[in-house]
Amino acid sequence: MNAEPTSASSEEPATGETALSETASTGTSTVRSRRRRNRTVARLRLAARYLVLTALAVVIFFPIYITVVNSLLQPEQIAARPPTLFPTDPDWSSYSTAWSQGHLGRYLMNSFVVTVLIVAGQVVTSVLAAYAFAFLDFPFRRTLFVFFLATMMIPFEVTFFTNQATIVSLGWYDSYLALTVPFLATGFGAFLIRQSFLALPPQLRDAAELDGAGHWRFLTRVAVPLARPGIAALALFSFFGAFNQYLWPLIVTRDERLRTVQIGLKYLRGSQIDQINVTFAGTILAALPLFVLLIVFQKQLVRGLTAGAVKG
Amino acid sequence: MTRDAVAPGSEHLPTARLRTHRGRRRRDAALAYLLVSPSLVIFTVFVAYPFGRNIWLGLYRTPPFPGLPRRYAAYEQYQQILTSPEFVASLRTTALFLLMTVPTGLALGLLLAVAAHQRLRGIAIYRTIFSSTVATSIAVASVIFFTLLNPQVGLLTWWLGREGQPSVLADPQWALVAVSGVTVWQNLGLSFILMSAGLQAVPDDLLEAASVDGAGPWSRLVNVTLPMLSPTLFFSAVVGGILSLQAFGQIDLLTEGGPLRKTNVLVYAMYDAVFRQNNEGKAAVLSVALFGLTLLLTLVQIRLLERRVTYER
Repeated sequence: MNAEPTSASSEEPATGETALSETASTGTSTVRSRRRRNRTVARLRLAARYLVLTALAVVIFFPIYITVVNSLLQPEQIAARPPTLFPTDPDWSSYSTAWSQGHLGRYLMNSFVVTVLIVAGQVVTSVLAAYAFAFLDFPFRRTLFVFFLATMMIPFEVTFFTNQATIVSLGWYDSYLALTVPFLATGFGAFLIRQSFLALPPQLRDAAELDGAGHWRFLTRVAVPLARPGIAALALFSFFGAFNQYLWPLIVTRDERLRTVQIGLKYLRGSQIDQINVTFAGTILAALPLFVLLIVFQKQLVRGLTAGAVKG
Repeated sequence: MTRDAVAPGSEHLPTARLRTHRGRRRRDAALAYLLVSPSLVIFTVFVAYPFGRNIWLGLYRTPPFPGLPRRYAAYEQYQQILTSPEFVASLRTTALFLLMTVPTGLALGLLLAVAAHQRLRGIAIYRTIFSSTVATSIAVASVIFFTLLNPQVGLLTWWLGREGQPSVLADPQWALVAVSGVTVWQNLGLSFILMSAGLQAVPDDLLEAASVDGAGPWSRLVNVTLPMLSPTLFFSAVVGGILSLQAFGQIDLLTEGGPLRKTNVLVYAMYDAVFRQNNEGKAAVLSVALFGLTLLLTLVQIRLLERRVTYER
């Protein structure tokens, strides 16, 4: 974020002009009025920039804003025209209704359990496999690595129904196992962490070996702490992926007690018009965890999301 | 590896040391297999096996009632399904969806990134708002717009002047456009983040040099920023394309493939084949087609990556 702004330079001609005329004839009234005019132009430009930014922000944020507003209104008010764009008399009860009667509390809890298990699983399996690929020499290493990379080429959307059949035949339908086990490893994670490990100076391993540190000690005391940024990026990336899953939980669970929040939204969506404020409140509750994450971990998140794409 | 493979030196080494070397290599290999085994088991059971089974399933007709044996049809089923009007329509819908979401998403993301790429007081707030839709899942975004497009109380319905008419989502002409719009909005945050990261990598002295040469903001964008950004743009386009092939949640929540199958994208058609028509064989053929399309885009991506590596060197 410390990059020099692009458009700051667009002001340069204006200020340059002032400096020039200043040296040419100091103190005359024409210069003063000109300088004043330049300042007004600069101020107008600044205002225009804020105007553009604000207009964009309003358009983008409007759907979320109006959802919050509607969640605080009575259903009759929501249907009223012209629409209410600001709640003068907010009614927060829709949130408690969504939380308890709409079971959003339960669904969010399920989503958290599933997400935490998947993130932890992916980090552990990726770190272990990456260590083998980065620091150990073994037969078929290349072949196995290519196999790991190849798994990235098969999207889950290609295999979902056969995996569902596998889950059913394992007797895992309607269980946390069904929701988590297929996602406990990723080729992307192993690849990303291996890259972090390979970026460490190779002398580290030699030094650790001289100190008599075994692989486990080197992994836990040196490699993992030093690869923390990569691991954090993977964790955030997989957190978003796991929390937002829709297709898979839809086809491997029916039991309401195991329903994740994304699937909960599907059922909330169909509620009656006289409960529509509850639908809005439930949507906000479902989005809130990731909003908090976005605000707290903005930098790491950007890193995690761009790790997959921009850096390749 | 080379340490104990050197033939002339090895005969002078004490045999005990040689043995420990060899023992250690064997121990390292055993450890390595232990470390990769958890991932390997998951990949075998949930990636490789189902992938192979799908290809195989495509060769067999699924019986109309469960319990009856599958009938071997060789490549006939592939041929029949891949040339059926239903598949062609679904492929067309998928392609339209890709074309309506990916370029628009990139262009809007770039617009936001350029707008936010300046040093102003409070710019961090705008950046947070621009990336805010990253926090909405496809289900959240779909339900927000499902309610906004509600034919009776939806605010967007009112603004579009469609009150008393069927919802946009039930209109064969507009349903896919609406679904695409929701998708673009939901992806806007990610698109903004990617484009911002790309913009930050454009060297400032290049832009300064351009403005010294008299290039205005538009000229700088077109002649400096965009060419420098092209790897990011191409890459995001390919990744976005792959992701758009996988669209399912917004279809299920907004239109369920309708109206008149106008939003029946490939993954939804697969879901429909398995869970409504009980036709695994058909779904298997569709899954192989989806894989083929993904592979095609991945190959394009690999080509681009290779080219980028040579740029850097």
